[in-house]
Amino acid sequence: MIARIVDFFGDEAHAIRRRRLFYLVLVLIVVADFLVPREHAEYLWERLPGWSAVYGFASCVILIFVSKFLGHQGGLMRREDYYD
Amino acid sequence: MTDFVHPALLFILGAVAIPFLKETIRKAYLVLVPLLAFLAVLTIEPGSYGAAMFIGQEILIAKVDKLSILFATVFTIMALVGMVYALHLTRAGQHVAAFVYVGSALGVVFAGDYLTLYLFWEGMAFASAYLVFAQGSDKATRAAFRYLMVHVTGGVALLGGILLHGAATGSLLFGPIEGGPMEAGMGAGAYLILAGFLLNAAVPPLNAWLTDAYPEATVTGAVFMSAFTTKTAVYVLARAFPGTDILVWLGTVMALYGVVYAVLENDCRRLLAYHIVSQVGYMVAGVGIGTEMAVNGATSHAFAHILYKALLFMGAGAVIHVTGRRKLTELGGLYRTMPLTVALYMIGAFAISAFPFFSGFVTKSMVVAAAGQDHRALVMLALTMASSGTFLHTGLKLPYYMFFGTDRKLDAREPPRNMLVAMGMAAALCIAIGLFPGPLYTLLPYPVDFEPYTGAHVTESLGILMFTALGFVIFLKALDPENTISLDTDWFYRKGARGFMWLAEKPLARYEKAASDVSETAVLPFLHGSARAGLRLDLNGVDGVVNGVARSILTGGGVLRRLQTGVVTHYALAMIAGVIAAVVVFAVVWR
Repeated sequence: MIARIVDFFGDEAHAIRRRRLFYLVLVLIVVADFLVPREHAEYLWERLPGWSAVYGFASCVILIFVSKFLGHQGGLMRREDYYD
Repeated sequence: MTDFVHPALLFILGAVAIPFLKETIRKAYLVLVPLLAFLAVLTIEPGSYGAAMFIGQEILIAKVDKLSILFATVFTIMALVGMVYALHLTRAGQHVAAFVYVGSALGVVFAGDYLTLYLFWEGMAFASAYLVFAQGSDKATRAAFRYLMVHVTGGVALLGGILLHGAATGSLLFGPIEGGPMEAGMGAGAYLILAGFLLNAAVPPLNAWLTDAYPEATVTGAVFMSAFTTKTAVYVLARAFPGTDILVWLGTVMALYGVVYAVLENDCRRLLAYHIVSQVGYMVAGVGIGTEMAVNGATSHAFAHILYKALLFMGAGAVIHVTGRRKLTELGGLYRTMPLTVALYMIGAFAISAFPFFSGFVTKSMVVAAAGQDHRALVMLALTMASSGTFLHTGLKLPYYMFFGTDRKLDAREPPRNMLVAMGMAAALCIAIGLFPGPLYTLLPYPVDFEPYTGAHVTESLGILMFTALGFVIFLKALDPENTISLDTDWFYRKGARGFMWLAEKPLARYEKAASDVSETAVLPFLHGSARAGLRLDLNGVDGVVNGVARSILTGGGVLRRLQTGVVTHYALAMIAGVIAAVVVFAVVWR
């Protein structure tokens, strides 16, 4: 059973179904975020439904590009024999 | 006193027997000792044990309260899991080192005074260094030496801090250090102690020893290392410095620092090591916030972290064990041959990313919520961003390039059964804690008033995580691992050491050669000559004494010659030993 689940995520044959499932999950999460009750919303963003989706996506993009910028332009990434 | 068995003793004394046991008996023994220690921790009663006087100072071998029991519980569970993972090893060395390492960590967790703490603190450093040395390669040996050097330096700072603090307050008992830095009530001693603790917690810029050494350790050794050193540091911070404001900022920076480096990393275990830095950042921030909820969050997160991080290291270790490769650029397509490893690794990945129903969800969110409650919006946002990064790397990038991605047609199979069993144990706990946080919450130092499973919290977490996944899918190409290494703060001592070696090899060596020339051409002949003269005088019969003196001068000259090895490290070691001896003499006499 475990092998089949893992296979579903790996095998190219399931690529389209995988993609559809993924988008369905994304939509469901945003819809659910609009429906859940929010009692103690202390901060502005906690009152905005869908905020977490936007923030999650933005965080991901910022982290990727800021890090790669620091790595390439900032000189953090070096050849593997740098210390040899 | 009689009904108290110190769990540290079980491990440290228990280690002595390991080399003498064979095969099955040894395996049973390796599992039995952690089990006994776990039982000892379960039955332990809060209180103070082993009070004594030493060089006129109060010593308290074990001070047991809820905080120490929490850490001891997870340490003994982790020892059991780690031992099962390492059962296939045939040589005793690593088992002995792991036992001493775990025992020392338990010793720190129960230490009631600074001298006991310091003793076990150093024990941890040396025992864990062995786990890197044991890897055997030239690269690992160098990394292990750097690891040891950094920790010895940190230990000296800690010892200096302990002595100054003891002199200022008149007590070496280990407890909360009064007066935060903002009130200017913290003396130099307290700052040195804090520095020593922060070094072991791998707080940047003192983090590089961790990401330098852990990926070079043996497959099984890295699993132990991922669990103990940084978490004992979290424990001592929670004990001595709760509510120290600077820790909030250090922790927050740390959480993001690890994530940024993880983007750049190509070595699978080094990527995971950077996520230790990131995760410990949550704990350091929680300790810094210092409210009951924040300290609860920090300590429960440490508990959950030890288990899922070990699981992740075990998963990556299994891949290295089977394929012999560690770089993401050389791995891929293993999901067909190692599906169980993939599934178990992913449980750890979901736990560290704080997916609902996994352990990270019920602990990490407590730290974030505590930051919110304490009106620290920026900290809250930064920590949430770091959780996005955590999932991006440990949950998406690493498994994608290690197990899926380009099929490199590697010859692979599932790892030995004991490895899978150990991973299964950790995975079961990751899920159990996520589903039933109650038992963990009752272990926490303060009463828990926090409900992780609210609708808004679940959808919010899922939103953050799944839209991180969307970002990953869209920008997959930008994340392709590159065949590089990243510069971290170890640059300073790795490049600095080169400058020092130049100094040692050129001017100093010349001076040393001149000095030894003098001693060889002038001093030794003089000694020989005088010895011969002594022998001649011997004829008179006053001899016995003179004879002895002459001979001792001769052998003394020989010893002196042997001492002059010209190896700089020997001189450096002698100097360090001298400094430590001077400090000890100073402490004893001047007290």
